[in-house]
Amino acid sequence: MSDILKIGDRELTSRLFLGTGKFSSNKLIPEVARASGAQVVTVALRRVNLEYEEENIAAFVPKDCILMPNTSGARTAEEAVRIARLARAAGCGNWVKIEVITDNRYLLPDNYETIKATEILAAEGFVVLPYMSPDLMVAKKLVDAGAAAVMPLGSPIGSNRGLRTKELVRILVEEITLPIIVDAGIGRPSEAAEAMEMGVAAVLVNTAIATASDPVAMAKAFGMAVEAGRMAYLSGPGEIMDTARASSPLTGFLRD
Amino acid sequence: MKIILNGREEILEGATTVAGLIALKELNPNAVIVEYNYSLVKKEDWSDMVIKENDRLEILRFVGGG
Repeated sequence: MSDILKIGDRELTSRLFLGTGKFSSNKLIPEVARASGAQVVTVALRRVNLEYEEENIAAFVPKDCILMPNTSGARTAEEAVRIARLARAAGCGNWVKIEVITDNRYLLPDNYETIKATEILAAEGFVVLPYMSPDLMVAKKLVDAGAAAVMPLGSPIGSNRGLRTKELVRILVEEITLPIIVDAGIGRPSEAAEAMEMGVAAVLVNTAIATASDPVAMAKAFGMAVEAGRMAYLSGPGEIMDTARASSPLTGFLRD
Repeated sequence: MKIILNGREEILEGATTVAGLIALKELNPNAVIVEYNYSLVKKEDWSDMVIKENDRLEILRFVGGG
């Protein structure tokens, strides 16, 4: 069965996107990427620490993966645009995850600034994947702004609280023709499967894998869960009923 | 000469270029990105770019992120 996810001009066979933050060692990243099957891997851009030597994260991402820089740290659309342009000029390709955040407690995205940044960068030829608070009207505006996919949060970044926004994400899946990718908050493989079963195109996972006791095994578990959830969605799950529907014949054992 | 490097004041002894600054800071040129007065400088231009008093430089790199 061919089941391709097309984003921008790329065709993906894996529906699990991987974040690279919080790993205890960068050396885990290639192994985790391989175990998860991920083809899209996110990185961030920051000031060099001039006090001590740091590793180059890009060197740990397998060469056949799409490197997707995020604009984390941006507090306005202008800052997000600046980061995206720098990343592209640095040879990072033209994919970008827009992330504009001013709320430090819940790290909820600023949807308004996100739409503005999306519009500017899409017009400059970027493949723009905006991280957003799930809202139908905002998603529609992101479509009009030229986004390549829409990435609603499941729950706050790094919280491992799962798919708390399920009803709102379900509406996006139903109403938005672009791929919907659940980004942030997915804490367990079962939650990734749950998202995939309802028809989201992909999920992005970082903390749940990076902070597991065995990140490589957890990456594999997530990869399997995403595949299972996708297959279940494509298989057309049966209807949910309020009362029992017998699976065995309803006649009595030796009676009519 | 005073410059602003990664948001902090820094005193440089004598004239230097962006390439010279990267070497001085012992950074791997292939792993960093340089923004000079808010514009990106391509690596091939680093050795022609002479740093002047009060210039603002940002030296950036990719790090782990979700």
